[in-house]
Amino acid sequence: MERKIRVLIGKPGLDGHDRGAKFIARALRDAGMEVIYTGIRQTPEAIANTAIQEDVDFVGLSLLSGAHNHLFPQVARLIREKGGDDIILFGGGVIPGEDIPGLEEAGFRAIFTPGTPASDVVEFIHEEMKNRR
Amino acid sequence: MNTVHELAEGIRSGDGRTLARALTMVENGDPRAAVLLHELYDPSATALTLGVTGPPGAGKSSMVNRLIAYWRGKGKKVGVLAVDPSSPFSGGALLGDRIRMQEHATDAGVFIRSMGSRGHLGGLSGSTRDSLELMIAAGYDPVMVETVGVGQAEVEVASLADLTILVLVPGAGDEVQTMKAGIMEVADVIVLNKADAGGMDRLQTAVESSLELVPDGIGRPPVVRFSAKTGQGLELLVEKILEEASSKTGDSRGARKRAMLVLESVLREKGRKMAASKVEEMFGGMEKAIDSVLRGETTPYGIGELLDKSFGEED
Repeated sequence: MERKIRVLIGKPGLDGHDRGAKFIARALRDAGMEVIYTGIRQTPEAIANTAIQEDVDFVGLSLLSGAHNHLFPQVARLIREKGGDDIILFGGGVIPGEDIPGLEEAGFRAIFTPGTPASDVVEFIHEEMKNRR
Repeated sequence: MNTVHELAEGIRSGDGRTLARALTMVENGDPRAAVLLHELYDPSATALTLGVTGPPGAGKSSMVNRLIAYWRGKGKKVGVLAVDPSSPFSGGALLGDRIRMQEHATDAGVFIRSMGSRGHLGGLSGSTRDSLELMIAAGYDPVMVETVGVGQAEVEVASLADLTILVLVPGAGDEVQTMKAGIMEVADVIVLNKADAGGMDRLQTAVESSLELVPDGIGRPPVVRFSAKTGQGLELLVEKILEEASSKTGDSRGARKRAMLVLESVLREKGRKMAASKVEEMFGGMEKAIDSVLRGETTPYGIGELLDKSFGEED
């Protein structure tokens, strides 16, 4: 039985810059994963519902507007509420170092800041999958 | 892990998380999936199923998005399966059809699932019909399946759903004239999208003249001008879909056609698996069978005959 890793890449909030999100989405596809991209300007509710319907293993959020402290934990909470406790969360974007511990506390397993090679994200996902089995 | 019975109960009661998990089981070829599908199959279910096909960029997702809104307005629960191509190299896929449908992402009456084609040809994934059955069991009606946009090659979509909708756009008019008859013949409704742009008359002429080649008796499909952008033609499109549905699958024929479609899908998958396991048994795998062909001991056709014999069909 073949198991494909499924990843949702979401962009919450009003920030319309999705180069980073698309770059990561393509890199994950090229690493053999099925990547669902929601498009820009999604509400936390829409991202959480999509994650549940698509039964993804991972949700990666990208945000460059500075609203991550507000939006990331909200998405995390909604996903848990809808029964997605086993979905692994990660984030990326312009995120100051001092905000990272708080996001980790909210359930984010990794935060990737600008300049991170895509291979780091791929490696992170493979590592997490190994730990899960 | 839940028992198959619990999964079935969850799906019937409309629990989205359970449906989502079951869809993954079906896609991954989990052995419990067949038991689950068996338990869920209700021969009297009457959900309308629509296959949507057409060249890339024709606006299939945008049309589906409009249809979701229409049927939600009528109080229907709408299901969508959106199939996108998997990369033949990495096996990965970028599933982006739902971007055009995200306005429905917070509506509990809409379930959208993206699928990679996972190496299956014909614009679909091998497990599409099974996924459709799960959606029907969960009470979605209609269920729409959007195929990989490759155009002519996806005649297979016709053996998937009750009706096949072909979406075309102006600018592709010249190609329509030379389009192979296959996809035109399997279409039950032809949608000319982007009616807000120019070039509609030319497209319609091209489509209609190519339909003249469709033999009498098959029934020529209605051609509807539509704009996913403005919503123009939406009412007429739905009307034509329902007309075709009642003439092609009305009363008991619907149940019969569905059972036939599902059985065909089961046979395709089982047949492939059984034949492959025979080859495994006789040669020790595909690669070894190929080695045997290259050594001149047999040919691919010879292997086919061996299969016939081993299944006891040599008479």
